[in-house]
Amino acid sequence: MSSQEIPEENLPEEQGAAHDAVDKAHADPFADPGLPAHRPRIQDLDERAAKRSERTVATMFLLSMLATVGFIASYVIFPVDKIVFIFPFGHVSALNFSLGLTLGLALFLIGAGAVHWARTLMSDVEVADERHPIEATPEVKAKVLADFADGARESALGRRKLIRNTMFGALALVPLSGVVLLRDLGPLPEKKLRKTLWAKGKQLVNMNTMEPLRPEDVVVGSLTFAMPEGLEEHDEDFQTQIAKAALMIIRIEPDDIKDKREREWAHEGIVAFSKICTHVGCPISLYEQQTHHVLCPCHQSTFDLSDGARVIFGPAGHPLPQLRIGVNSEGNLEALGDFEEPVGPAFWERG
Amino acid sequence: MSTATNTPGAAAPGNRKAPAGERVADWADGRLGIYSLAKSNMRKIFPDHWSFMLGEICLYSFIIIILTGVYLTLFFHPSMNEVVYHGPYEPMQGIRMSEAYASTLDISFDVRGGLLVRQIHHWAAVIFLAGMFVHMFRVFFTGAYRKPREINWLFGFLLFVLGMFTGFTGYSLPDDLLSGTGVRFTQGAILSMPVVGTYISMFLFGGEFPGGDIIARFYSIHILLLPGIMLGLVVGHLILVFYHKHTQFAGPGKTNNNVVGMPLLPVYMAKAGGFFFLVFGFIAIIAAIASINPIWALGPYRPDQVSTGAQPDWYMGFAEGFVRVMPGWEINLWGHTLVLGVLIPLVLFGVILGLLALWPFIESWITGDKREHHILDKPRNAPTRTALGVAWVTIYFVMLIGGGNDIWATHFSLSLNSISWFVRVAFFVGPVVAFVVTRRICLGLQRRDKEKVLHGRESGLIKRLPHGEFVEVHEPLSPEMLHTLTAHEQYKPLEIGPTVDENGVERKVSRLTKARARLSKSLYGEGSQIAKPTAEEYKEITSGHGHH
Repeated sequence: MSSQEIPEENLPEEQGAAHDAVDKAHADPFADPGLPAHRPRIQDLDERAAKRSERTVATMFLLSMLATVGFIASYVIFPVDKIVFIFPFGHVSALNFSLGLTLGLALFLIGAGAVHWARTLMSDVEVADERHPIEATPEVKAKVLADFADGARESALGRRKLIRNTMFGALALVPLSGVVLLRDLGPLPEKKLRKTLWAKGKQLVNMNTMEPLRPEDVVVGSLTFAMPEGLEEHDEDFQTQIAKAALMIIRIEPDDIKDKREREWAHEGIVAFSKICTHVGCPISLYEQQTHHVLCPCHQSTFDLSDGARVIFGPAGHPLPQLRIGVNSEGNLEALGDFEEPVGPAFWERG
Repeated sequence: MSTATNTPGAAAPGNRKAPAGERVADWADGRLGIYSLAKSNMRKIFPDHWSFMLGEICLYSFIIIILTGVYLTLFFHPSMNEVVYHGPYEPMQGIRMSEAYASTLDISFDVRGGLLVRQIHHWAAVIFLAGMFVHMFRVFFTGAYRKPREINWLFGFLLFVLGMFTGFTGYSLPDDLLSGTGVRFTQGAILSMPVVGTYISMFLFGGEFPGGDIIARFYSIHILLLPGIMLGLVVGHLILVFYHKHTQFAGPGKTNNNVVGMPLLPVYMAKAGGFFFLVFGFIAIIAAIASINPIWALGPYRPDQVSTGAQPDWYMGFAEGFVRVMPGWEINLWGHTLVLGVLIPLVLFGVILGLLALWPFIESWITGDKREHHILDKPRNAPTRTALGVAWVTIYFVMLIGGGNDIWATHFSLSLNSISWFVRVAFFVGPVVAFVVTRRICLGLQRRDKEKVLHGRESGLIKRLPHGEFVEVHEPLSPEMLHTLTAHEQYKPLEIGPTVDENGVERKVSRLTKARARLSKSLYGEGSQIAKPTAEEYKEITSGHGHH
């Protein structure tokens, strides 16, 4: 199946073959007529036009200098926080606007001048350069192969197998040290993705008021975000903990809850679901009061919170985990344990 | 003191004192051999075509990104340590944020010109990726990737892919709400990988998401690892462009064995050098008038907060589209989860990009062509390749629509669900339709070229013949045009030939060869190209009854 099998006639004619046969030009109406004659520009013929081009180029370079002066002046003149209204851009930073425009002009005019110079005053006569095959000539190739054979023979790598094999062994092993060094990039997953801060008896803290949440605070149609008590915004691992523990609290008339387990895990129709989308982990934040649907704004997975947070649209693969809640002796909402399944995106060990 | 100290150089007879420039060049030549280098390169010929500047845009925006990036590192703190903001930007007063975010606010509001450099940096990145995309398809549609340039195609492809990841790690650095959400998405996608997902996630983030390491790690990847590799690839890409010499379109005087154009010194020094300033100036002006990634409006990242309309930079929209429209398939078996809903998009992302990388090798395997190609194809003259390219671009743009389905829904008052379904269907149907339509257009254009060659150009003059018939006068083409329109090559499909010879002995034909023959037929067989006019056809028509 190698390409050598293709008969020569299947390949198109060698390009350029036609050009060698200049004599046959009359015979072949499609023969290459050769490079067209150079057509002079006005600047090639008229020195006054050339002078005009020269002045244009010089003017652009001069204006560029002015723009650079303008850049430095703007840097000195405008305070960093000055906001001005410029039509049609609206309210913009005076400094950013003036610096950008002057720098842009200073650069652009150099470019425009250089290109105009090249196009009007430098020679535009097209010339042809020969190409040479990239691959080496057979003589060069033969010489290189012979050199290589000499080198290989002199090294005796092929003959002294012990050296060869041990060397390959050593070279293969030594990168392992580098791989081992990467081990401490992070801890092993273990059960980390299965646990959150929630535990039996932890009160639900309203993330707006930072007060423990009471059942009477949660009315039908409202959406409240909660986190476990004891977690503080200035904690070192706050971001990592909230990334798993963030909670959505809503209230549904108990009769409207379609899922039996959801009703049992709720407290008087108050249900607590993980806020972290089971698709790739965005926080879900769009709640439709009438239907009890929540939508993840990242990839639009939609969950029905009145039906066990079932996925009704979008790329999420499984429902949002529900947190079992109740009320403690002080009348505050509390968790009755951790989530029964991992929150957030699915992973291989999730099961 | 007139003792003759006979230094060999000064005493050489007839020695003139060379001009200073020449003496410096001599000094350098004695150490670097610059004269030999300049001999082959200083007056190197480059052909002229507007599409050849697309690659220059990429090169220049890359340089601009490096220049502005170095400046930004002087002020940016790649740290996730939490600080409370007390800077000049009022709305963020007293807000808890990472040092990375705070220092980005400082660059934007405290450092004079910092905002400008940040915006130039980001705009240049967006233009860099767009430039590479367009440049890559210029090369694809004109067949410039063919031998000897396949390796340079791979270099370019790698630059495009690495550019995407460098862009992603870069826009994640400010640790704002939007980019943090993108990082979260990446972590969720990594988790979907079977067996190794959780390990890679833990190792990348130094523990659970988001942890305290990811910004510093992205920083070293963004400013050192990836740009270092890219710089090497860019240099290699350019060396190969010089070494292979530039391709050119067919035309009078242009053959596969020459390159026609103007010399590097002075014309392209001025044009290309000037073009760098044009690109830089253009980007600086955009950065002055159009804000990009206003992280101050987004707020610092919190894993439990998000804003609507979250969008990545455009070059990641393709991957985003797959993730958004994929059905949420999950397989749970034997205590393990196969997250197909995320894994399939991840794999498709790699496979669809990879197809592009492999195409030159697939094509040369089908054609079996081992020759060098320096004359570019007009896209119409390679209809199947062009159609495949357009089909690929169709998938890309369909997925961009998918990646912005919420934006389309809110801006055009459309149902988000319908858009997602449209994208799901269009992913399969779109490329097929695009392929068929493009190929027909190419064949139509080939027919028109043939018509023009054989019958000349429509002059627009209507002539009334003595017997009352009206005809349009066709003007014969110039020899230059005739040559240009017939210079392209046409492959013949690969024939396997009879599998049984005259003695009834069966010849073994491997399945691979059969597949290759089938592919070859679909690329170059009947109905895949219009046979170009032959000299005989032309002579018969022109010498015979003249214009009909």
